[in-house]
Amino acid sequence: MHPAFSVILFTVSSGTGYGMLFWLGLHSLAMRPSALLGLVVIGVALALITIGLLSSTFHLGRPERAWRALSQWRSSWLAREGVAAIAVYPPALLLAASLLYPDRLASWILPASLPMAALALVTVICTAMIYASLKPIREWHALRTVLLYGISGGTGGLVWIAAITRLLGYDPPFLVAPLVVAISGCWLIVRLYWHHVDRAPKGHTVADALGLEGATARAVEPAHTETNYLQREMGFVIARRHAAKLRRVAELLGFALPAALALLTLVLPLTAGAIALAVAALATTAGMLIQRWLFFAEATHTVTLYYGAERA
Amino acid sequence: MTSLPASPPPKRLGLVIDLDTCVGCQACAVACKGWNSAGITAPLPDIEPYGTAPDGVWLNRVHGFEATFDDGRTRTLSFPRSCLHCENAACVTVCPTGASYKRAADGIVLVDESKCIGCKLCSWACPYGAREFDSTNGVMKKCTLCIDRIENETLPEAEREPACVRTCPAHARHFGDLADPDSDVSKLVEARGGTAPLEGLGYRPTNRYLPPRKPVEMGAAPLEPTGEPEGKLLQWVDKLFSR
Repeated sequence: MHPAFSVILFTVSSGTGYGMLFWLGLHSLAMRPSALLGLVVIGVALALITIGLLSSTFHLGRPERAWRALSQWRSSWLAREGVAAIAVYPPALLLAASLLYPDRLASWILPASLPMAALALVTVICTAMIYASLKPIREWHALRTVLLYGISGGTGGLVWIAAITRLLGYDPPFLVAPLVVAISGCWLIVRLYWHHVDRAPKGHTVADALGLEGATARAVEPAHTETNYLQREMGFVIARRHAAKLRRVAELLGFALPAALALLTLVLPLTAGAIALAVAALATTAGMLIQRWLFFAEATHTVTLYYGAERA
Repeated sequence: MTSLPASPPPKRLGLVIDLDTCVGCQACAVACKGWNSAGITAPLPDIEPYGTAPDGVWLNRVHGFEATFDDGRTRTLSFPRSCLHCENAACVTVCPTGASYKRAADGIVLVDESKCIGCKLCSWACPYGAREFDSTNGVMKKCTLCIDRIENETLPEAEREPACVRTCPAHARHFGDLADPDSDVSKLVEARGGTAPLEGLGYRPTNRYLPPRKPVEMGAAPLEPTGEPEGKLLQWVDKLFSR
């Protein structure tokens, strides 16, 4: 599948933002967050989400009609995602208001945190289900896609919150351990996903695509001489050695480096530790952008069977 | 509304394509392009049609394959590929705007271009590549089964069939109601063991493809060696030419 940058940026940037709101919401359910920390986390998260949502409209053919995409939530995961993505804003802004005006709005912290965390989680699940529900793309059509998107958003959000916490001068106990656990868990799920991409049964044959039982077939004569929309959109192919190289970069940048930097903060002074975690947050996101690029580039669509692919 | 019709449509209009008689002449693809460049799907744009890399939207594409069957026969076959108007049309249910819909009366899958935002998700959801994006107008295009022909009362009744069917010189394309077991197309599917591509995905396509017949089914049995000729004269001639 063609890796469209607008969609990659949307899923990573918004995913991280929703991850941040999810963790802040859970935290606020347990205990009242510091006003400054809470406000900055909400501000950064909503900025990441808004950048992502705006980016996602850039790949539309008719962006001015984007509002219509909210109407079919009964059947469409994309519409459900749109509704949930926007529904997060009111509780997030309400939580921000209750942190800003604790005298008048303190009682709203709990009623705002719960829907904020829940809707953030629902949005990421809906995003993943857009891909997981597509039967023609065997790499995506599985619940592991939901796991991949969920843990990626959660991990990205956690690393960003940790960086902001330290940058604001806070030094809470138990900051590093959950970070390392999340990064390791995410690394494991990404590895499992790649394992599935490499080892899973190769899907349908050309004969299946022609409806011929008990036959083998190969494409010999293309339907047209120039590349068309289907080949550009669905026929993207990445060389295996390039994919292997990019996977290594994604692992080093997105997991190994942030985990090492997180552990380093245990011995670094507060300021240096804050800078280390900020670098870790940026590296995690950069690694996830590469990983998400591969998510698209390595996905194969059954339409390629009509265009020379032997299995899809 | 992008939910599928609540009850199965009483009619299931679709195409039956005979892979045995299709000669791959591309007439259906050209007729489709011609009609739909002027019909309700218009414009069906071409980008740089006379340039070095022409690009454009076509709703019907004819591919060439080589197939080897389980009895060892090998033959080439042409495979016209267009929308199969599936019963479980995922291209309809994934649509976030309601632009993509399946008609409750006859099961035809259509796009309301005035609602389409061009997110392209329907083209991802189609296993057959039936939908092509019109980058000029920012909307998705697909086969309409020529609703502006089959329902067109200004056309003579004999011409109220899809342009691809009307034009096919080999009579390899047939149009009709596949929900009616007594229709010509249903009988054809029954007689010839019609199949649909990628049935394992569960989209339940309406269109059917008729697989190539074995040579003997067509009455052209391979010639058998005749052995020793009968009669003295023929045996002498045989001996003479076998030297």
